[in-house]
Amino acid sequence: MLRLALKALKRNKLRSLLTMLGVIIGVAAVITIGALGEASKINIHQSLSSLGSHLIIILPNSADAGGARLQGANIATLTIKDIDAIQQSSTLITGISPDVQSRGQAINGSLNWPTSIEGVNEQFLTIKNMNIREGIPFSEREVRTYAKVCLLGQTVVDNVFPKGTNPVGKTIRFNKIPFKVIGILAKKGQNTFGQDQDDVIIAPYTTVQKRITATNYFGSIFTSAKSEALSFPAAAELSDILRTAHRLGKHAENDFVIRTQAELIQTVGNVTGLLTILLTAIAGISLLIGGIGIMNIMYVSVTERTREIGLRMSIGARGIDILQQFLTEAILISLAGGMIGILLGEGISLLAVHLLGWPPVINQTSILLSFTVCSFIGVFFGYYPAQKASRLDPIEALRYE
Amino acid sequence: MKTILDLQEIRREFQMGTETVRALKGVSFRVQEGEFVTIMGSSGSGKTTLLNTLGCLDKPSSGNYLLDEVTIASLNRNELARLRNEKIGFVFQAYNLLPRTSALENVELPLFYNKKISAAERRERAVAALEAVKLGNRLHHMPSELSGGQQQRVAIARALVNEPVMILADEATGNLDSRTSYEIMSLMQELNQLQKKTIVFVTHEPDIAGFSSRTIVLRDGKVMKDTSNNRIQNAKEVLAALPLAEDY
Repeated sequence: MLRLALKALKRNKLRSLLTMLGVIIGVAAVITIGALGEASKINIHQSLSSLGSHLIIILPNSADAGGARLQGANIATLTIKDIDAIQQSSTLITGISPDVQSRGQAINGSLNWPTSIEGVNEQFLTIKNMNIREGIPFSEREVRTYAKVCLLGQTVVDNVFPKGTNPVGKTIRFNKIPFKVIGILAKKGQNTFGQDQDDVIIAPYTTVQKRITATNYFGSIFTSAKSEALSFPAAAELSDILRTAHRLGKHAENDFVIRTQAELIQTVGNVTGLLTILLTAIAGISLLIGGIGIMNIMYVSVTERTREIGLRMSIGARGIDILQQFLTEAILISLAGGMIGILLGEGISLLAVHLLGWPPVINQTSILLSFTVCSFIGVFFGYYPAQKASRLDPIEALRYE
Repeated sequence: MKTILDLQEIRREFQMGTETVRALKGVSFRVQEGEFVTIMGSSGSGKTTLLNTLGCLDKPSSGNYLLDEVTIASLNRNELARLRNEKIGFVFQAYNLLPRTSALENVELPLFYNKKISAAERRERAVAALEAVKLGNRLHHMPSELSGGQQQRVAIARALVNEPVMILADEATGNLDSRTSYEIMSLMQELNQLQKKTIVFVTHEPDIAGFSSRTIVLRDGKVMKDTSNNRIQNAKEVLAALPLAEDY
């Protein structure tokens, strides 16, 4: 039966190929879009993860303070006590660091540059997935001793040091306070929102609090869940700990906000996922049209081969034999088209991913799906023409001109 | 001797709009094994309807038809198909070979619909049938590479391959010149005389009837004449007597 169908298709190579074209394009489109969607998702995920995918940020919330609501950064609710409480009771986090920020002027001799300083502890770099390109990070001892040391982002280095000098070991001033440069941060580039992540000075939070901001509260607290999956439970746990630490009543509003990176990744993932679904649906429609093309050609083929059908019937083919023959041809066309489409789609998507510099993805689900859809299309759109052929009257079919 | 065809009062009526066309008005005759029968008649005589009935492509409105002792009336579409496959070998005016398909594959076709026959046996029998029609050296030629007479011989081989009880030819020489027609008739006679094949040959050419053993003439849906032929012409001799293609 298969050989018979193959032969029939071979007799009409060009037409078979043209019929397949609809399916080929449809399947290739589905595969390509599916793969690109998946790759872009992974790409976005990776770039967001570079900020630390387990990252959880605790910010002060503008809780009701006697009628007036204050801006978060000026609220003195997050203190070292909170960090101690979290370190004591939390089970789902691996590191925690306060963050005190201040803007100011970095000065080195005649060169200066407006930037911001972040006061953090020794765990901060790990939490935020940051690396040191040169020199060393500061340790717990330097945090404890209010050491005037700092790490520079590349943008700051470029702007306050002449080209070719090694800043490590030199001293710069930030708002008149001298800091010894002990390390340079590895370049991170812009983040997803276009901020320059290298325009920063990092120093022990104790030093920043004492010398620059003269405060004892934090602008935010950075912590890291043990795994990405634990982000949400960890956030809930942190919320409980902080509510207890802040002695909030049962019905009181939280005076802090907890944001997780996982949340952001999920939101972005949802958006790209939705786009992928939409595009795949459009590609699916082209697949449907390919199927209709098959039906069309099969109808033409049945009409054209009426005499052949008549002959086959007169020499003993039953209706079911004819039905099978044409159905097999239709399925063969759509499966062959599907196969070529899969190869083409994979080729295009691998090429596109390569050009875009995204991670390559072979999406087995979409391959499997296209294959199933193709067989289904073959049966569905091949059935009517095949049935028409099988119901021909052999007498009329034989005399058909 | 075995009765291959037994037609008893066969009637066939068609409804054409409000009018009833009576194509066959009570046709009865028997054909014994090994006979070579020509069925003749002008157009409108019911020839085609009779052919369709004999070929089990159509069922009579009334009357009884037995093919090789099987009653046709009680069979359904699929059973009729099987009967055609096993008992009848069709030869058509227009050859009806599958285009772009080799002679061998064309001849194999009927056996394809017989599940009892293996692929190897199919090939073997198709080769034998083609050799029987002297086309053993044209097995892999496409129909387009064969002359009309050769194409018709492929069609005859196709009719022989399932070892039918009857070869049913429908104007089988209608598309051929006289020389080739005589060649085909000579082949038919050979099959009839040497292999004892029963042949029913529907035609409207009177000279074809001279090669058969019996002639049935239809007129207005009835058998008008049913005569045995005592002086059967030998097609081979006629062919030999034919002046050599003087029109070249």
